[in-house]
Amino acid sequence: MARIEAEVGKPKGGFMKWIDDRFPFTETMKYHATEYYASKNFNIWYVFGVLAFVVLFIQLFTGIFLTMNYKPSAAEAFASVEYIMRDVEWGWLIRYMHSTGASFFFIVVYLHMFRAMLYGSYKKPRELIWIIGMLIFLVLMAEAFAGYLLPWGQMSYWGAQVIISLFGAIPWVGDALVEIIRGDYSISDITLNRFFALHVIALPLALIGLIFVHIVALHEVGSNNPDGIEIKENKGADGVPLDGVAFHPYHTSKDLVAIIVFLMIFCSVVFFAPDMGGYFLEHANFEPANLTATPEHIAPVWYFTPFYAILRAVPDKLWGFILFGLSVILPLFLPWLDRSRVKSIRYRGPLYKTALTIFVITFFTLGWLGTQPAEPIYVHAAQFFAVLYFAFFLLMPYYSSIDKTKPVPERVVYHG
Amino acid sequence: MTEDDLDRNRRHFLTVATAVTGAAGVGLVAVPFISSLKPSARAQALGAPVEVPIGSLQPGEMVRVLWRGKLVFVLRRDKGMLSHLGDNLDNLRDPNSEVVEQQPEYAANATRSVRPEFLVVEGSCTHLGCAPIQDFDVRPAEKWGGGFFCPCHGSKFDLAGRVFKGVPAPTNLRVPPHRFVRDDLILIGQDTGAA
Repeated sequence: MARIEAEVGKPKGGFMKWIDDRFPFTETMKYHATEYYASKNFNIWYVFGVLAFVVLFIQLFTGIFLTMNYKPSAAEAFASVEYIMRDVEWGWLIRYMHSTGASFFFIVVYLHMFRAMLYGSYKKPRELIWIIGMLIFLVLMAEAFAGYLLPWGQMSYWGAQVIISLFGAIPWVGDALVEIIRGDYSISDITLNRFFALHVIALPLALIGLIFVHIVALHEVGSNNPDGIEIKENKGADGVPLDGVAFHPYHTSKDLVAIIVFLMIFCSVVFFAPDMGGYFLEHANFEPANLTATPEHIAPVWYFTPFYAILRAVPDKLWGFILFGLSVILPLFLPWLDRSRVKSIRYRGPLYKTALTIFVITFFTLGWLGTQPAEPIYVHAAQFFAVLYFAFFLLMPYYSSIDKTKPVPERVVYHG
Repeated sequence: MTEDDLDRNRRHFLTVATAVTGAAGVGLVAVPFISSLKPSARAQALGAPVEVPIGSLQPGEMVRVLWRGKLVFVLRRDKGMLSHLGDNLDNLRDPNSEVVEQQPEYAANATRSVRPEFLVVEGSCTHLGCAPIQDFDVRPAEKWGGGFFCPCHGSKFDLAGRVFKGVPAPTNLRVPPHRFVRDDLILIGQDTGAA
């Protein structure tokens, strides 16, 4: 600690001074890293933000290389993916990194979001960070959806057919909107071409812009911690929060370990189970799109299945669309649905702990149900769990306010 | 320049005038960009009618053709199939084809067809657009007189493309405009207006 302060405190000269006179490099590094203080008691749940950055980088990097060989046309798309897999040197590796990266992006982001629910990271004063994060999640869903059409396999085609048709449920403008999304009377070469544009330019730009704002908002307010205590309220004589340590080098060095462990798991999947038994790459997608026959069993990729199960649970087109949309959007309102006095699960009462446990089970079960065929038993089960899903959010103002919370300590607590 | 010299009214006028002009400009320039997303002239031209020869189609057989990239079923219903059409009227959402967008006027009848034998419907579930699977077996126990089943979300249609109650699809399968050029040739995508 002392060594770092001595370094940043000493008068500058030479090259760094030349840079700093023209660009606020040292100042920016201080603000965002060497003098950004985050809580000392971060646990494993606090690595997923950094890991999301790692996956984003993998996706951008491999994506650029894939575009060099991919052809966004209905006649050539499927063959060009096979070309990448068979004829391009190491093309299979680059493509599997990209397809595995898509699933890991959602794993990491779902865990990152769950961390916020565990420790109340969305609560005041971090509402805006949460909202921006939810927007990132929505853009990520659109990005994944657009990308899934590109290989032009059976599941690409029919999955897109289902999701685009969803917008047709909107009264009055639905049909016109669907035509504008497709650019044709059915999903065609034209649709594929524009989804390519969205996938490689528009949505990644939006994603990067939103992530930038997410970080700026986070560094303004400061990171939450497993105790849900505002560490800025307990500062030492030097103005540094007593429970905080500098992000760099303390948190960064710990994050490097997380990144290496993450990459070990990531590589294991890329090398040994890139299709993950049909969950990461669906088997129906190894057949080129056939416009005359829907696959017997159609399901989206695993990361959409919880919401898809809710859509399928509703025996009405418009209400299905509304409840599907609501299930995706509802978490956005968590900062206002949650009326608890405390942030962290450590000091919450039995009601919230029970509700959150049921919610986790519900989310996994809906996810599994969404992969199953549309048979009555699964649809009825999905209806039951859809009710639980909505109840978690809509009843939260009630159960979170009457819950028996424990007193929150002044300073952060260490476990183990 | 001192603070007194600043004419705030002038700055305000400039800001409002440029903002209004700019907003109008953005509004106008949005038109070509949004229009460019609509089906292009080529996409519209490719929506030309298709001919379906039906001379060799046996009773009970169905062919699948593509019109405007959309799947169309042409089913030659046999006598048994036609006889079951009236069985389930209470369980159908729109037994009398009252939703006008779902068929041309000449197909808004008991068999939803120009000629009772030949059913011509778009093979696109009115829920979310999957292609329904044919399930022509009659199963009286299930009150199923044959029809179509959508594998995606379980919607069911009878052999006139009419939707059952209690499934997610809101309306009957759409009957595209079509006409009989000859007894053995159907033209899909064009009709003569009446029948």
